[in-house]
Amino acid sequence: MDKFSVYSARLVDKTENFTSGHRACQGCAEALAVRHVMKALGRDTIVAMSTGCMEIISSPLPLTSWKVPWIHNAFENSSAVISGVEAGMKAMMRKGKLPQKKINFVAMGGDGSTADIGMGQLSGALERGHDFVYVCYDNEAYMNTGIQRSSSTPYGASTTTSPAGKLSIGQHTQKKNMAQIAVAHNIPYVATACSSYPFDLMDKVKRAAETPGAAYIHVLSVCPTGWRIPTEDAIKYGRLAVDSCVFPLYEVINGEYKLSYKPYKKLPLTEYLKGQGRFRHLTETDIRHIQEQVDRDYAKILKLCGEGK
Amino acid sequence: MARTRKGIEVSIAMADAVAQADVDVIAAYPITPQTHIVEHLSEIVAEGHLDAEYVPVESEHSAMSVCCGSSAVGARTFTSTSSQGLALMSEIFTIAAAMRLPMVMALANRSLSSPLSIWNDHSDVMSVRDAGWLHVFVENGQECYDNVFCGFRISEDPEVMVPLAVNLDGFILTHMIEPVIYEDDETIKKYLPPFKMKNALHPDNPVSMGCFGMPEIYTETQMSREQGVQNSYPTIVKAWKEWGDLTGRYYHPVETYKADDAEYCIVTMGSYGETAMEVVDTLRKEGEKVGVVKIRLWRPFPFEDFRRAALGKKSLIVIDRAISFGGPGGPVASELRSALYGRQGAPVIVNYIAGLAGRDVSRNDFRNIILEGKAKAAKGDTDGFTLYGLRG
Repeated sequence: MDKFSVYSARLVDKTENFTSGHRACQGCAEALAVRHVMKALGRDTIVAMSTGCMEIISSPLPLTSWKVPWIHNAFENSSAVISGVEAGMKAMMRKGKLPQKKINFVAMGGDGSTADIGMGQLSGALERGHDFVYVCYDNEAYMNTGIQRSSSTPYGASTTTSPAGKLSIGQHTQKKNMAQIAVAHNIPYVATACSSYPFDLMDKVKRAAETPGAAYIHVLSVCPTGWRIPTEDAIKYGRLAVDSCVFPLYEVINGEYKLSYKPYKKLPLTEYLKGQGRFRHLTETDIRHIQEQVDRDYAKILKLCGEGK
Repeated sequence: MARTRKGIEVSIAMADAVAQADVDVIAAYPITPQTHIVEHLSEIVAEGHLDAEYVPVESEHSAMSVCCGSSAVGARTFTSTSSQGLALMSEIFTIAAAMRLPMVMALANRSLSSPLSIWNDHSDVMSVRDAGWLHVFVENGQECYDNVFCGFRISEDPEVMVPLAVNLDGFILTHMIEPVIYEDDETIKKYLPPFKMKNALHPDNPVSMGCFGMPEIYTETQMSREQGVQNSYPTIVKAWKEWGDLTGRYYHPVETYKADDAEYCIVTMGSYGETAMEVVDTLRKEGEKVGVVKIRLWRPFPFEDFRRAALGKKSLIVIDRAISFGGPGGPVASELRSALYGRQGAPVIVNYIAGLAGRDVSRNDFRNIILEGKAKAAKGDTDGFTLYGLRG
């Protein structure tokens, strides 16, 4: 991570574009991520948001937390809606119907709307190459409807539709890797981020917004309610996810991988899993098995980033 | 472009109208029989004859989503679909109306699967009857061309702000070569003002669109939608009147043919109107006191216009192009029955469902339907519906 960023808290814009007073749960790291993303983007931004936690908590008619133009349409289509917003603005500016202005076009959705129900639409928008940024806030399940599993729920997590039981380990499939799927579209910018690393997140959002064409940012967003952790520990668990290399932070710029942060000391997975209610049923054998998977995946990322041993 | 009359495929004429309307964004996904419209539009854009964004989406669901986005920023927006495409986009189709996002759709009517069929009937449009769009039915190429301009004018009117579908029968119209008068660009400019959306998405005037509604407010939002659709009626009538004054071609919510002194009428919607008129001409010569009532405006339903045309007749023979399974008959007939219920001088209604999935309904079939329907009405055999031409 850029050292300058670490110490530049005072340089961050004090303006809030996603304002307080919204109805997120206590300790919601996703709302925090949205706040940081909106600080990085600034006012000249149009946001299209999918149905989900962030939409529900920020827009109970007739109230709104949004200081920028914001549109919600449906669960799966924020990437298609922003495609229309971008196309409409582009056409009208080109034709002189609107004055020229640099506007950030941003679509946002949770992991359910991104990795499951809206993946086709996201793929279409990335493939068409609209000039937009897609931000996925990944809290690893359908938290808004009550902690149901999504394809982004990690192996072994107990959710209300992948409950741990006598015959079940909980989620028995591997987490879908959306960042890699975005990379496969050959778009100019892809990054992973986490709201426990706000400067890294804001840097990446700015870079994505400055990149012409489609950009994708996958933000791990800790959900105390769904992960069954104390509300004051959201930031801690984001750091543990990164420090245990469960969720590595990296960028892919024009196909080139770059590691954003290498933990000084890679923490064992148990540090991350223990204390999370959704993993409390896991046995030592289960954890060993998951640790092997994490090691394999992290080694792959290191190799791609040219950080091999 | 100067005013010209040319023989042209209806789909092409419709696409040319969209270009003349100076549309900003077109988003569409290919589906038969709508394809010629969007193919021609993409060509027009590729050749630089229209400065617009053609967004080749990956599904109809996305087509309507893109249209919502572009309409929300105040861009003039057009799309076209049929059948399964409409079914796939139906979720967003409803939201477009609920969010009051103006746009025009060419809905090339085609039957819904299954069995899969690419041919024409009205089962697609009837499946979205209550979505809150404005629906206009046309019966020939000229009407398709004209109603693109009227459609934008109505949909984008600040008093309306409701999306509008121009329903044209698949193949029967989309693939037909007909004489169509193209108006000159000056006339179009005079008729169709630029789209000015009041609260468009723009950083200079931030608004939140598509918020969620608690029970305390949802009811009021629905009343506002209902009022929007109802309020569109005077705008529609005015838009058609002014188009008529400019071009000589007038449209009305309900149109009649030889109906004034008719004892009974056949009721049609869409392209069947032309055949019905021909058959009525023949029957008139044979002494039958028959006329035609054509429903042009389906939503908002023109109750008063319809009653004016219908009250005092002995019977109406209504041709539906879709089945409401397990229901009271075809969707048009059941609508007309309820429009007339309890009214003095209300005609009885005999309901035929015909021409499903493009099965031909010839002049002779119309003649059979009219005469058989008249006999049924006389006998009081008016319950339910008859599926015309059903075999076995």
